[in-house]
Amino acid sequence: MNLTLKIWRQAGSSDKGGIHTYEVSGISQDMSFLEMLDVLNEQLNEMGEEPIAFDSDCREGICGMCSLMINGEAHGPEVTTTCQLHMRSFKDGDTITIEPWRSAAFPVIKDLVVDRSAFDRIIQSGGYISANTGSAPEANSVPVPRDNAVRAFNVATCISCGACVAACPNGSASLFLGAKITHLGELPQGQPERWSRVVDMTAQHDHEGFGGCTNIGECTAACPKEIPLDVISQLNKDLRTAMRHGH
Amino acid sequence: MTDMPDTTLTGDRSHDGPSPGQYDDAAGYYVAGDPIADTKAPDGPIDERWQTRKFEARLVNPANRRKLSIIIVGTGLAGGAAAATLGEAGYNVKSFCYQDSPRRAHSIAAQGGINAAKNYKEDGDSVHRLFYDTVKGGDYRSRESNVYRLAEVSTNIIDQCVAQGVPFAREYGGLLDNRSFGGVQVSRTFYARGQTGQQLLIGAYQAMERQVKLGTVTEYTRHEMLEVIVADGQARGIIARNMVTGAIETHLADVVVLASGGYGNVFYLSTNAMGSNVTAAWRAHRKGAYMANPCYTQIHPTCIPVSGDHQSKLTLMSESLRNDGRIWVPKKAEDCTKDPRDIPEEDRDYYLERIYPSFGNLVPRDIASRQAKNMCDEGRGVGPMVGDFRRGVYLDFADAIARLGEDAVREKYDNLFDMYERITGENPYEVPMRIYPAVHYVMGGLWVDYDLQSSIKGLFVTGEANFSDHGANRLGASALMQGLADGYFVLPHTIRDYLADGPFESIDESHPAVAEALESVQARIDKLLSINGNRSVDSFHRELGNIMWEYCGMERSAEGLRKAIDMIRELRREFWTDLKVLGTADSLNQSLEKAGRVADFLELGELMCIDALNRRESCGGHFRAESQTEDGEALRHDDEFAYVAAWEWAGEDEPPVLHKEDLVYTAIEMKQRSYK
Repeated sequence: MNLTLKIWRQAGSSDKGGIHTYEVSGISQDMSFLEMLDVLNEQLNEMGEEPIAFDSDCREGICGMCSLMINGEAHGPEVTTTCQLHMRSFKDGDTITIEPWRSAAFPVIKDLVVDRSAFDRIIQSGGYISANTGSAPEANSVPVPRDNAVRAFNVATCISCGACVAACPNGSASLFLGAKITHLGELPQGQPERWSRVVDMTAQHDHEGFGGCTNIGECTAACPKEIPLDVISQLNKDLRTAMRHGH
Repeated sequence: MTDMPDTTLTGDRSHDGPSPGQYDDAAGYYVAGDPIADTKAPDGPIDERWQTRKFEARLVNPANRRKLSIIIVGTGLAGGAAAATLGEAGYNVKSFCYQDSPRRAHSIAAQGGINAAKNYKEDGDSVHRLFYDTVKGGDYRSRESNVYRLAEVSTNIIDQCVAQGVPFAREYGGLLDNRSFGGVQVSRTFYARGQTGQQLLIGAYQAMERQVKLGTVTEYTRHEMLEVIVADGQARGIIARNMVTGAIETHLADVVVLASGGYGNVFYLSTNAMGSNVTAAWRAHRKGAYMANPCYTQIHPTCIPVSGDHQSKLTLMSESLRNDGRIWVPKKAEDCTKDPRDIPEEDRDYYLERIYPSFGNLVPRDIASRQAKNMCDEGRGVGPMVGDFRRGVYLDFADAIARLGEDAVREKYDNLFDMYERITGENPYEVPMRIYPAVHYVMGGLWVDYDLQSSIKGLFVTGEANFSDHGANRLGASALMQGLADGYFVLPHTIRDYLADGPFESIDESHPAVAEALESVQARIDKLLSINGNRSVDSFHRELGNIMWEYCGMERSAEGLRKAIDMIRELRREFWTDLKVLGTADSLNQSLEKAGRVADFLELGELMCIDALNRRESCGGHFRAESQTEDGEALRHDDEFAYVAAWEWAGEDEPPVLHKEDLVYTAIEMKQRSYK
């Protein structure tokens, strides 16, 4: 198939960016979306134009490195990551607009590549259980009720890609934050630091410039791992409890 | 993902084939060096060696730890766990990764599980049995003292991960669940649905981020190590490129740890991440670190096949699919383009069931992979043409669906069927799946002693980047075990013995070793950008991958390997004269990053072929056409090849030097594997 691509190009974080239009031909429907961009980049390289920078690594939907707003949707039209989106979701003659994640807290580094280090700093502020190596008790000494374990796992599937932020009209990272609060809060091992964790991580979230949540739900619709919206309810509940306890 | 049930029968060690002593296939391609006499493993009974070593390793008092600095390259399970643990101990750790976050290292993609000798099922498991299974699975080509230690610390790993909040699968009573996995008869695999790797890595990453906040660990993301600094015979730092600004940075420390993963991407197409590379290890190799058994590659049989020349990566599916799926190709080449559902039963060749009637579709990975290749080479492959052949065989669930019902099949495999359909656009409930083998792990890596120290003093190597624990073949669910064992429980003990002599004399950028390293990195980048040829980096990488896959893949022969070496040398020459890399050095430049990695793969590929050429035996993932039984099975030659081949770099265009480390088994008896 032949496609028209309108792609955001930006030389560096302090440079002004803009949409450039490219034509690609000979795209097979079996290609992944990123392989389609590989084809374009080979063409550009041949013509002497610098290839378009975009992030990807595992290309099997688990590392969370790939991103892209595709026709205004985070990771494009399917519920999956961009690397697992295939060209059979498009048709011959389509025009596709490709932009980097939209969020002030994820500044553009170059072209379609953004800086998501804010997520690391949120984890640093409390997204862990303090358990020094060697100090752990026997693994089966603390049973975890299966329902708690299952919920913890379901929300721990978050891959920190940032689609929730990119999709949110407020640029909030509440889904990401709520997923981590819920994952650790469901487990007995996570209880000792539960209240300080939610307060510290929320403060860091706000400090990074992410917006507040107004329950729109775009985040969960865009999430390639289908993290449910109720983690934000859990986040708010834990935050209220923590405040009441004077944290 | 689940592996196969036990497919390894034991029998007396036999020497059926001709003795290979008369051959030296790699003569002229290498120079014989001194054998490796001392691996630093303590003497004594095998179950006391690690305790002995831990006790003998000198201590560093807490006040002195903060004066000592450690560089760790890589943030997967081995690197992330080590950074967290050494940070907790109070050392100054600098952690480097090329990804935008430490949590994205490729350990994250591991699916199936992690082994540990907990014996929670009370089914006869023990440290000794895990040790035995791992040595046997590795086809008796690993170092027994290392493997025993791995089995010994495996139980601590599970305790540690549970304490961190890793959400392992549990039973209704709230206790941890186990499943059975590759090549063993006990259930010792802990898992977190199909994403055990991600959950373990998040545990290590969070522990490491905690130390970042506490100030013991400094993280450098989007940084790529391009050189190791060896000053006065000791590794003292690295040169790294800040991939965002292009700045070439010098980082100095008392000790350097490489946890930089495997080099499967030398094949271009593999299940590795796009960025996985050999550069950190290869740069160290060129500075004196031996590369051990580089030809040991594991090729996984149940991957989604290549769909065309645009393919950038391959995706693995659990080989548990072989429990219910039947593998076949058409008997007649002219049927290969037909709709498989229109091919009558009598025209189908269920070749594994035909050749291996007792194991059928459940033969081990290497056999299943090699036979799929044979069928395609005969012209009976299915799916799209890739090069001159169709590279795919059918994995058919029609019988299972008829027997069990579609719902029961869906219950067992729905996530895999969904993944398959997303990638191929075909519904495997209606049309047989197509599968083909793909490279997904390398057992070879930098040589290390029992302390995980390489042949460069002060350079330690952990995880997939080292060679030490898996011999010629890795069992399923053992990669995660080794990464975390090295990072949490082995390296932190062995490295302290080394650091007890520190802090070492301070050096700065004026030291000649630093200046030399900086200069060589800069010169290489300048060169890559100034060739101004006609071919893209990817085109070279793809061509190298084709050569490696064809001649150093599932089956190797002396003739093919010699041909591959010539082709690689020619390709390397062309690379350095006809490469085209656009953009500049002082900004994010993904073509430049790839060019540096491919340059190193072009050197590694040649060494892999030389290693494969030298090893005229078949063992584990290394199958030499010249060394097989009458039935076409792998034939080891313990009398000639029960050694680790550790290769020393001798300079550009110089033949490498081979150092042999004899493998001596005191706690286990060497046996020939058999599958029939």
